[in-house]
Amino acid sequence: MSIRERLSGNEAIATAMRQIDPDVFAMFPITPSTEIPQYFAGYVAEGKVNTEFICVESEHSSLSACLGAEAAGCRAVTATSSAGLSFMNEVLYVAASSRLPVVLAVACRALTGPININHDYSDSMAERDSGFIQLYAENNQEAYDNYLCAHRIAEHPSVRLPLMVCEDGFITSHAIENILIEDDDTVKRFVGQYHPENYLLKKKNPLAVGPYGISSYYMEARVAQAEAMKNAKQVILDVAADFEKTFGRHYGLFEAYRMEDAELAVVLMGSSAGTAKAAVDELRDAGVRAGLVKLRVFRPFPGPELAETLRSCKAVAVLDKSEGFSACGGPLFAETAGALINCETRPKIIDIVYGLGGRDFTVKAAKSVYERLKHIAETGETGDVYSHMGVRTNAI
Amino acid sequence: MPYNLKEEMNKPERFHSGHRLCAGCGAGIVCRAMMRALNPKDKAVICNATGCLEVSSFQYPYTAWEDSYIHTAFENASATASGVEAAYNVMKRRGRIDPETKFKILAIGGDGGTYDIGFQSLSGALERGHDFTYFCYDNNAYMNTGTQRSSATPRFASATTTPPGAESVGKKQVQKDLTQIVVAHGSPYVAQTTLFGTMKDFHEKARKAIYTEGPTFVNVLTPCPRGWQYPAEDLIEICKAAIDTCVWPLYEVVDGEYRLTYEPKKKLPVEEFMRRQGRFAHCFRSGNEWTIEAAQEYVDRKWEELLEKCG
Repeated sequence: MSIRERLSGNEAIATAMRQIDPDVFAMFPITPSTEIPQYFAGYVAEGKVNTEFICVESEHSSLSACLGAEAAGCRAVTATSSAGLSFMNEVLYVAASSRLPVVLAVACRALTGPININHDYSDSMAERDSGFIQLYAENNQEAYDNYLCAHRIAEHPSVRLPLMVCEDGFITSHAIENILIEDDDTVKRFVGQYHPENYLLKKKNPLAVGPYGISSYYMEARVAQAEAMKNAKQVILDVAADFEKTFGRHYGLFEAYRMEDAELAVVLMGSSAGTAKAAVDELRDAGVRAGLVKLRVFRPFPGPELAETLRSCKAVAVLDKSEGFSACGGPLFAETAGALINCETRPKIIDIVYGLGGRDFTVKAAKSVYERLKHIAETGETGDVYSHMGVRTNAI
Repeated sequence: MPYNLKEEMNKPERFHSGHRLCAGCGAGIVCRAMMRALNPKDKAVICNATGCLEVSSFQYPYTAWEDSYIHTAFENASATASGVEAAYNVMKRRGRIDPETKFKILAIGGDGGTYDIGFQSLSGALERGHDFTYFCYDNNAYMNTGTQRSSATPRFASATTTPPGAESVGKKQVQKDLTQIVVAHGSPYVAQTTLFGTMKDFHEKARKAIYTEGPTFVNVLTPCPRGWQYPAEDLIEICKAAIDTCVWPLYEVVDGEYRLTYEPKKKLPVEEFMRRQGRFAHCFRSGNEWTIEAAQEYVDRKWEELLEKCG
């Protein structure tokens, strides 16, 4: 029996971890992810989990310890944010290329500088090429649900890739919502046990992990990893189908909100979707054919599926909550535009970078984006393809 | 169990020939001896920092290691070992490892991966008290990248980042005393050894380290023919000179108690160690005699300090 409970995103993720009872949790604190290991330390103290909980001396070491544990044959988890994720950077790539399915909860937060503790995706977007699968959540329920799916996706034999469960720092991680928590036994049955084929602590057949790979092998290893990321897409959908059967909530690669006949569409990720949906509803009431695409899965990027959903729109705005400093748009824009490039007909598409370092995003702001899209649809003129929302000209 | 050479040499090899380490490199000897120190029935997981040893012993699709082995990065061998140890604990607790099968967790890195870039990770793992043994093959510089100075490089040694010249007599600073820093962590067993002919000293220390519960550490002075510039066949003679000049004293620290394990009958002047190696050649040039005196002064002071600690 599921129960309704008031939980923050961090507590929801920690609860999922308690229910899964992972073998190893290696932690190092950083705002706003810190509560996750803190809640978990409480479960350890009360004997609610049988996990080996180790408090290491840095994020580099927390992920390194997870790699050692995963390779040794265990389910290993950790959590981090911002600079902590950046400090893991090197090891993220090692996790993915060693095909060690660590699950990493990320409470996404701006990168320095200036130093800032609030939400944007500069941390997780900087790691988009690390080889991790990335799932994003709009709210606390989705953060919890994504976590329940995470191990099954990551550990699937055709995937074997590490995975980030991303929630929005403070907005999701700390805000308390009334969500459905599934019962422990059903969760345990749904997630299942981890039985890797080969591992360091196997009685017979020792394992060697992390070789030097010269040019005659390196590329094949990388292509095998790329194939695994392609395979992840179907596994994510299969796990979502089983999730829906078990728990009744539907998930895909993205959520297409009122997109059936949409002419004007916004593409974004995370908690801003709630705000944008309110704007879409108001506009629909006023007869505007507005729609929204909220990405759940950024890696693997659902390019063909996204193109299919967007190609008959007249104008699309991608809202990037990180600044990629490419001088021509953020990462979500580049990927979305790339997905549409070979469509026979495609919408005009612009990028708006918004919400950096926790800058607020309102229904009014969302409506102004659709206003701009309406003008583009009518005139065919995009104006600035790459712009920033709500920047104060006299602030600095 | 007393050391028996014949018995030890009859054990099945656990670090195989065919690796790509240089002729005259000490690291291969360290690995063979380290693996020989294990009880044959015990299994091992080796956690190796990036370095010469890693790229030479595990080049896909070949491995020189008979036991399970993991390399993840340069600075995190101890953190990786922490994770393996955590996994071992929880798998035993959850009944996923048969209690008869004993694994020993060994970490190994050069001085770069141990004294410097891996120092934080080592310190963290020592403080947390994981049951593992760290072997440092200290070859006194970053050899894998071509002999750049490290914090283990002795004063006056030439490295590619501390070349001697009109304004330079090699490295300016003395080496970091990592062994004593590890002792300060409260590790139950810490030792220094090297490769000086008989492997008895190495073997006994390695065994004690591996079979003492908790985080233990063995620092092995491990010559590098490329970086130290000596003929490959001189390796053992250089190590003998290191212990007889007291440049690298042999001692162990058991639960904080220091014990000297070798005292030279006649303490040789430091130049006996230095003149065998091209990296100190400039010290013997006219006008640079003071460097040998200064090196001697430093070795004497450290030796006296050690004798005092050993009571």
